[in-house]
Amino acid sequence: MTAEHLYRTVRLIRRFEERAMDFVRSGEIVGGIHPYVGQEAIAAGVCAALRPDDVITSTHRGHGHVLAKGVDPARMLAELMGRENGLNRGRGGSMHAADFGLGILGANAIVGAAGSIATGAAWAYQRQGKDVVAVSFFGDGAMNEGMLLEAFNLAVLWRVPVVFVCENNGYATTMPVRSAVAGSITGRARAFGMPAFTVDGQDPEKVLAATTAAVSRARSGRGPTFLECTTYRFDAHHTFEHRARLNYRSTEELSTGRSRDPVEIQGERLAADVRAAVDAEIEALLDAAAGVALGGAHPDPAAALEFLYASPEVNR
Amino acid sequence: MPKLSYLKALNRALGDELAADESVFVLGEDVRVAASNLTAGLFDRFGPERVLDTPLSEQAFTNFATGAALAGLRPVIEFQIPSLLFLVFEQIANQAHKFSLMTGGQCQVPVTYVVPGSGSRTGWAGQHSDHPYSLFAHVGVKTVVPSSPADAYGLLLSAIRDNDPVVLFAPAGALGIRDDVDYASLQPVPLGVGRIVREGADVTVVALGHLVQDALAAADELAGQGISVEVFDPRTVYPLDVDGLAASVARTRRLVVIDDSNRTSGFGAEVLAVAAERFDLDAPPRRVTRPDGAVLPFAPALDRAVQPGRDHLLAAIHGVLEGKR
Repeated sequence: MTAEHLYRTVRLIRRFEERAMDFVRSGEIVGGIHPYVGQEAIAAGVCAALRPDDVITSTHRGHGHVLAKGVDPARMLAELMGRENGLNRGRGGSMHAADFGLGILGANAIVGAAGSIATGAAWAYQRQGKDVVAVSFFGDGAMNEGMLLEAFNLAVLWRVPVVFVCENNGYATTMPVRSAVAGSITGRARAFGMPAFTVDGQDPEKVLAATTAAVSRARSGRGPTFLECTTYRFDAHHTFEHRARLNYRSTEELSTGRSRDPVEIQGERLAADVRAAVDAEIEALLDAAAGVALGGAHPDPAAALEFLYASPEVNR
Repeated sequence: MPKLSYLKALNRALGDELAADESVFVLGEDVRVAASNLTAGLFDRFGPERVLDTPLSEQAFTNFATGAALAGLRPVIEFQIPSLLFLVFEQIANQAHKFSLMTGGQCQVPVTYVVPGSGSRTGWAGQHSDHPYSLFAHVGVKTVVPSSPADAYGLLLSAIRDNDPVVLFAPAGALGIRDDVDYASLQPVPLGVGRIVREGADVTVVALGHLVQDALAAADELAGQGISVEVFDPRTVYPLDVDGLAASVARTRRLVVIDDSNRTSGFGAEVLAVAAERFDLDAPPRRVTRPDGAVLPFAPALDRAVQPGRDHLLAAIHGVLEGKR
């Protein structure tokens, strides 16, 4: 995996999120987004360690995960705008992006929920003779929802090929992790008998190395691994904060937190001309994506409950 | 003709589907030893990967089943205790049920949730005696409550084969019902199609699950008084067979529903709302339910006092025949 590939991914996510926030401000995206800005190295590093047929579950702050797994930015942007040509045909929006063809089993808006879904999917693929690995992304806040801890237990007991990736950005919305997590995050994972490591979540190459080892362990039948990727959320918990400033992070803290920027960390590993070429390529890609998304049809209100049931013969 | 019990019918349906479809597996607490008898003999036939014993992690194993379904399997979860469904309401109503729509139809979640022993089991008190089928109907999860061994077999088969989440309540009061059944005649019963259990001319009684027995007993008793009661079993709480019910009520023009839910916003309330919107009745309809907000008390006489019973039903039938509110 080349440095350029990792840089392309972190840069794509950064610029996608910045443009998406512009579309929130202009009203093209309703409901706002949870920006992934600052955390890009985790999605880039983790997904670079996966095969195309490996699967992920994502979170409310999930644009980076799905872009890193290979989603078409145009269809993702169209989904954020609620268009018929969106990933989920405009039925999911920012917090529910899914692309089953790419192994993206959906982003989940209940923070502790997806760990057990990923565990079940990985177990099922294994039972069907496929050597697929599942990765479940979640934040530090999810470490306090019991069903996620229950999932760790099942995954270890049944040696499920799943990798748990905890993105510790220091806050569950505004609740500091030090006020919310008794003991330690990795200590909790180790209590279930699972190897757990703390990784620098600002450096995509370090995340890639740690994930590669975890995926290899899972694929060879040795069970789950837990990765705590320490990071910092550069922007708001949700774009509503752009209007209603919440006072929970000091100016000094924000400045320190933003000083280790994954785009810069990875960008500095590239020659200036290579980096500039990647940047230009991404702007062109996102220009085109915006055109496709803005040109997408709005879904027909008469089809508001289309897809509610998979067996529609009893839909009445 | 051989006798088949309701519980054995569920067991047989589960065994038949496990045998017929490799993607089906059952998981839950104490399913290996078959504590409830739903899975009797299945561990020995199908092994630990098809009959998966779980720790007491209801929320995680319910989502686990959703994940397994997304990956192509057809999980069946057994919940020994109906109130556990409150614990996993999020995982069913907010996760499994929503995936199809939220993903724009990219996936399906064919999970079946079976509760062998729902409602009151005398002496099990406040936290083991609920009957929350109306809750699942309210959020749009397909919900079935079979009343007979043949229906228990056929509805469980259809639930497992359905591509959506389905909750099947097997009332404790129905598990022991035994009928003469020709095994060769057992077949899938479609979801959303009710059944006239007994034909009658004067009043339609809507009853689900174990309460069909009470409705039939009331009909027998009233027949001696020259009153002809039709008993309609919707079999599926959601989607409700409104057309089947409408056809019955068009003949009888009077309606009583007996429902083991609490009164407010329960299944009985829905049947009466449908009647108000759609049916031409000769008398105001009535519902016989648990009281508002009921918690089942422990002492047997108290437990019985809050369950909808035959005496309440008889009074309600007399009430609609006299046209009284």
